[in-house]
Amino acid sequence: MSTLVFLEHHGDELLKGSLGVLAKAATLGGGDVAGVVVGSGVRTLADGAGKFGAAKVYVADDAQLEAPLPQPRVDVIARLVRDTGIDTILFGNSVLTADVAAGLAARLDAGINWDLVDLVQEDGKLVGKRPALQDSVYVDVGWTSEPRIALFRSGSFDPNETGGSAEVEDVAVELEDFSSAARMVDQAHEESEGPSIEDAPVIVAGGRGLGGPENFTLVEELAKALGGAVGATRAVVDAGWYPYATQVGQTGKTVAPKLYIACGISGAIQHKVGMQSSGVIVAINKDTNAPIFEFSDLGVVGDVHEVVPKLTELVKQRKSS
Amino acid sequence: MKIAVCVKQVPEGDSRIDPGTKRLDRGGEGALNAFDANAVEEALRLKDSTGEGEVVLLSLGPAKAQDALRKALAMGADRAVLISDDAAAGSDLVATSYALAKALERESADVILFGQQAGDSDGAVLWAAVADRLRLPVVSQAAEITHAGGKLTVKRQTEFGYDVIEAPLPAVVAVSDAINEPRYPSLKGIMGAKSKPQETVTLSDLRVEADRAGEQGSRTEVYALNDPPARADSKKIDDDGNAAQVIFDFLAEKRLV
Amino acid sequence: MTKPADFPPPFRTADYVAAPSDPPEERIDVGVLIVGAGPAGLACAIRLGQLLEDAPEIRERLGEVPVAILEKGKQAGSHLLSGAVVNPRALRRLFKGRKRLDEMPFYGPVEHESVYFLTQKSALRIPAPPTMRNEGNYVASLSRLGRWLAEQADEAGAMLLPETAAEKLLVADGRARGVRTGDKGRGRDGQPLGNFEPGSDLVAKVTVLAEGTQGHLTGVALDRFGLAGENPQVWALGVKEVWKVKRPLDRVIHTMGWPLRPGAKYREFGGSFIYPMGDDMLTLGMVVGLDYRDVELSVHDLLQELKTHPLVRKLLEGGERVAWGAKTIPEGGFLALPKQLHAPGLLIVGDGAGLVNVPALKGIHYAIESGRLAAEAAFASLQRGQTPATPGALAGYDEALRQSFVWKDLQEVRNMRPAFGRGFFLGGALAGAMTATKGRFPRRDLQLECDSDADLIRTERAKSYPSPDGKLTFDKLSSVFASGNKTRDEQANHIVLEREVPQDLALLWERMCPAQVYEATETGVDVTPSNCVQCGAITAKGGRLTPPEGGSGPEYKLT
Repeated sequence: MSTLVFLEHHGDELLKGSLGVLAKAATLGGGDVAGVVVGSGVRTLADGAGKFGAAKVYVADDAQLEAPLPQPRVDVIARLVRDTGIDTILFGNSVLTADVAAGLAARLDAGINWDLVDLVQEDGKLVGKRPALQDSVYVDVGWTSEPRIALFRSGSFDPNETGGSAEVEDVAVELEDFSSAARMVDQAHEESEGPSIEDAPVIVAGGRGLGGPENFTLVEELAKALGGAVGATRAVVDAGWYPYATQVGQTGKTVAPKLYIACGISGAIQHKVGMQSSGVIVAINKDTNAPIFEFSDLGVVGDVHEVVPKLTELVKQRKSS
Repeated sequence: MKIAVCVKQVPEGDSRIDPGTKRLDRGGEGALNAFDANAVEEALRLKDSTGEGEVVLLSLGPAKAQDALRKALAMGADRAVLISDDAAAGSDLVATSYALAKALERESADVILFGQQAGDSDGAVLWAAVADRLRLPVVSQAAEITHAGGKLTVKRQTEFGYDVIEAPLPAVVAVSDAINEPRYPSLKGIMGAKSKPQETVTLSDLRVEADRAGEQGSRTEVYALNDPPARADSKKIDDDGNAAQVIFDFLAEKRLV
Repeated sequence: MTKPADFPPPFRTADYVAAPSDPPEERIDVGVLIVGAGPAGLACAIRLGQLLEDAPEIRERLGEVPVAILEKGKQAGSHLLSGAVVNPRALRRLFKGRKRLDEMPFYGPVEHESVYFLTQKSALRIPAPPTMRNEGNYVASLSRLGRWLAEQADEAGAMLLPETAAEKLLVADGRARGVRTGDKGRGRDGQPLGNFEPGSDLVAKVTVLAEGTQGHLTGVALDRFGLAGENPQVWALGVKEVWKVKRPLDRVIHTMGWPLRPGAKYREFGGSFIYPMGDDMLTLGMVVGLDYRDVELSVHDLLQELKTHPLVRKLLEGGERVAWGAKTIPEGGFLALPKQLHAPGLLIVGDGAGLVNVPALKGIHYAIESGRLAAEAAFASLQRGQTPATPGALAGYDEALRQSFVWKDLQEVRNMRPAFGRGFFLGGALAGAMTATKGRFPRRDLQLECDSDADLIRTERAKSYPSPDGKLTFDKLSSVFASGNKTRDEQANHIVLEREVPQDLALLWERMCPAQVYEATETGVDVTPSNCVQCGAITAKGGRLTPPEGGSGPEYKLT
């Protein structure tokens, strides 16, 4: 098995999601794991990948690859796969990589499985684990031919710093006409403060248990300390305590952050379906019978007004120390 | 301007996977994939802004997917083409994108639109495969589209902020659900939808080779369905004044702070 | 003492009656307009299709759309809910020579039946009262049956217009002219949103109101045309669940007694039903008359309590709840029927007319028969030289209904309900006597009292409701979820009621509503309209349900 991991970068950093996939690939065994970095002025990033477990890093460094657009990357990787006989290509999901992976699947007529949370060897076969139907069922999926393409749900794996170094190899860049037709005119232009609720790695959400709209400041402060966004339940949005844009649940947003802290939220099914895919769920609620405790990793039966400010303080102290 | 919108029929309400075929059960009632309504809406707006043209719906699915297409016709699309063929059942992304590309070639639309996600399979990648097969530029996650001088300017949000991307026509664009609020079909629209052209084509009509469709043309497979793993070491404590510290330690252990 | 009737909703019939106002080019003309895709409306559409098949010249005159059916739910069946054990008589007549019973979506004939009197721990089997015998009847999901009937109506040439509410009755020159459909895309405070889509005038030669229980325009029409009878209509509220079970149930079961209280002061009349749905499902429900008095009574929670009874728990063991829903049932029967069921250009059919036989727990076959008869009357009035607009042109419907088995059945049992106060399930001698004398006993008809006139009392009933475990017993919110309700939250409020009311009344609404729409506050009541499953209980108990945006509400499939 020869595996290639697409190493996505932003600015001069490789993204943690890609490095996590790299760490996963290294555990699958059966051959070397290579990474590929595509961009302009990205040679130095290759060394970083070695530290996280890549034995080899292919680098496509070209001014035409400056903008993070998918189609030129399909051209580069398709060629690389054809030339090297790589049989498995892995991506950590993002706006960019989803399009690269699918374009590549069409170009190579390669099977693609998406939204995977794990990949394992079973009876000599590679098997992907894919949650489906609001995560109510886990589907074992596979590929009938090579090359195989897999796209992992973001945050599925943590990077593993092994401290190794990678052999770096340049790859030729030759682009199709249509691949350069789309042009980036303006990039990564921030308009809002803080992460939006869909993109935030941490969400601190408040419910009726907060007691009143004024207490949402507790939630806001904890979210700020954790670098996260604020969410709300339908009940509090209905009551006018917090804007609709923050509503999590059946008729609001569906979110899957790494950490979800539910403050004074009972955990009605309408709320649950919007956040149950979160990585780690922490719940603080006065009512020991609240359904939220049935699907949280850590449940605290207590008063949000006491627990949340203390927690915020602890997080702030940690940051400043 | 001619705009093609690729739409999908998804099961109405709760979906289930058939344990026998391990495919999504499409036996029940179907509905238009909710995310596709945003694409249809954007197509209608683009058509209105240019003052002329046609909005064509394109779908791959069972014969009764025509019902879901009718809903999009009621919104104002002009006609619908459904690729329906028993041999297409079980098509994965590779096979689906091939058949759709063949159908789109017949239409030569100026703009090809997709919704951001399939509500049943959570698939959110098809457009890029179709664009590659058609050798056309692709932009996804569009939150705003403007059309001028034979090109589209698309604003979109990524993990890092807003991008603005320009693409010459013809182009493939996948819209996010933030792009618009889909219109309600008017009563006249609902009544008129029944008389709009709804064509059903087979794979051979599109010259799709048998070995490129259905299971034969697919490159992925489903082995098994399992229950989701239980949440590991879930614990519940009573606050004795120290709960904040317990949470903090828990988060630190998980490297979340 | 507080009673709901002291706080009437700010609802005016006149706000829901209008003359056609769309300019001619915007106006939509149809031949016969049927409001509501339930058994009555769909039977009417199917019968019209049959009649028009042989009358091409009339069909021609009715225009491009000879028969249209408006449905507020997402599709036909979305808002249909019943027990249901169906007497197939009316279906046989409707489909004579065209469809056989075995082509209809039934779960099979009733083979055995049991009636129990329950106490908290025990179940005493009692003989089935004669009105309640179900030999020859079939178990069905009304939602499924409705979808099948809609397919037949479509084949018969009717046009179904789903996701569209009938908001106003169009009246001009003293006759019904159709309906105005509801607006879509309004915000919380009624303000038009970016995708606002105004309603349209849907103008018809004949308008058939087949809205079912608590029909919005039916109420408006009864007022506008002065059709109401001497007695007010009264209702019961039914809440039901569908379960996937390990072992098949081999009979239909009805229960009386617990968890309802026998004391006369409580006025708790009702019972439960448990019906098999094939080999792997069953449905069970609790029905309680809405003249009850205790502000803490909650039919949803009584159903949860019922499931903890050993008799019921055993049937559900190892099973899983797959559906939930709620609806009111008009229970006034014969005594509460409107004076007449037609007005110029207008016909009223099915549950909306109150055609329900409470002692027999049946109404679906009356709905179908009334729809069929309405179709025939409408068809007769459309013959060359006739017009449905003249007074009396549609009187043939009332005459035919009076000649039918519907009338005969309802007349015989007319006094059973008031005789027992109220009661969905009647046992014993009185009912027997009424049956034996074919309704000649008692000699003088009894009177009905409005549900909203019941003085409220407060006990500590709620203390004994089981706390939901998410397996056998469920809270209201997860039940609303199980109804398939995905109504958008910022939709305009469709529930008309007095907001500043005494605690007792606010609590009554909070407990009564199976969908957690109302919440008592310090000053009155808060409303979460997007939870509403449109059961209609609020209209019986002092508020008024109007149709929400088309396409919203529950999406029933198995109920």
